[in-house]
Amino acid sequence: MEKIISAKVYFTVWAALMCLTVTTAAVSYVDLGQFSIVVALLIASIKGSLVVLFFMHVKYLNVKTTLLVILAGFFWLAILLLMTMTDYITRAWS
Amino acid sequence: MSDSSQALATHELRHHFEDMEQQRDASSMGMWVFLITEIMFFGGMFMAYLLYRYEYFVAWQEGSQHMNFWIGTINTAVLICSSLTMVLAVLAIQQGRRRLTSVMLAATVCFAIAFMVLKGMEYHEHWLAHEFPGSAFHFAGIDTRHVEMFFVLYFVMTGFHALHVLIGIGLVSSMLYMNERGHFSADYHNPIENVGLYWHFVDLVWIYLYPLLYLIGHHHVG
Repeated sequence: MEKIISAKVYFTVWAALMCLTVTTAAVSYVDLGQFSIVVALLIASIKGSLVVLFFMHVKYLNVKTTLLVILAGFFWLAILLLMTMTDYITRAWS
Repeated sequence: MSDSSQALATHELRHHFEDMEQQRDASSMGMWVFLITEIMFFGGMFMAYLLYRYEYFVAWQEGSQHMNFWIGTINTAVLICSSLTMVLAVLAIQQGRRRLTSVMLAATVCFAIAFMVLKGMEYHEHWLAHEFPGSAFHFAGIDTRHVEMFFVLYFVMTGFHALHVLIGIGLVSSMLYMNERGHFSADYHNPIENVGLYWHFVDLVWIYLYPLLYLIGHHHVG
């Protein structure tokens, strides 16, 4: 049967997303040097995970095959980003 | 399950599925396969952004300082709110509350239009400031060529995102229309769920665009 998640969960996730948005905007006023993008992307990833897990119902999937499809997609994205950057960053080393 | 909803469920069940549950799972997996292609579509642009930021770090800082921080931040909040109303629309139809579903879908469309209006104001600002790439591009500062490249990526990425928002407005509106016509119920609402998945994906893309475009150079002016 389809899992019905209570509205309370959605409102909590929404509040968390709003708080994280305020946090990341506030942190951008502080000069963290190289780490500012790390912190910004870390907060974005927490927000993204909340959206995917709760709003997109990935936490409550019935079928594990769908999870496999989703993970495969993000895995290919990781290949695209990580392997290309590994190439470019190490070119100057020779 | 009451008799009438049983009859409806039988009517909405396509013949190649065993039951409603299998149909729902299959349709959501199909939607995810589509979203994976969307991840790869935006992934290419994120890849270009990442690489050029690595190569032209200073130009990227410069360009980012010319973003409208407040419009970007407010638009982030607007999209998060629209995601909430979208997920509440799905919840409402799961519970068979059609009226509430329509209200929530309409709210989602309103937030999406608000996003587009703010985005339009922002584009207009950049246009007037000669920050649109091309022969009229003008930027007082160092490494102008690569700042222009930052703006190319800014317009391409937010432009394609905005296109997705526009498509989302169309999809959510059509769900609203179909819901008003009584197409959906607690037993059958796959289209609303899938449009919901699409809409949250659009939100997800913006969640990454916001820090990458608006925040990375912000502390220098703040």
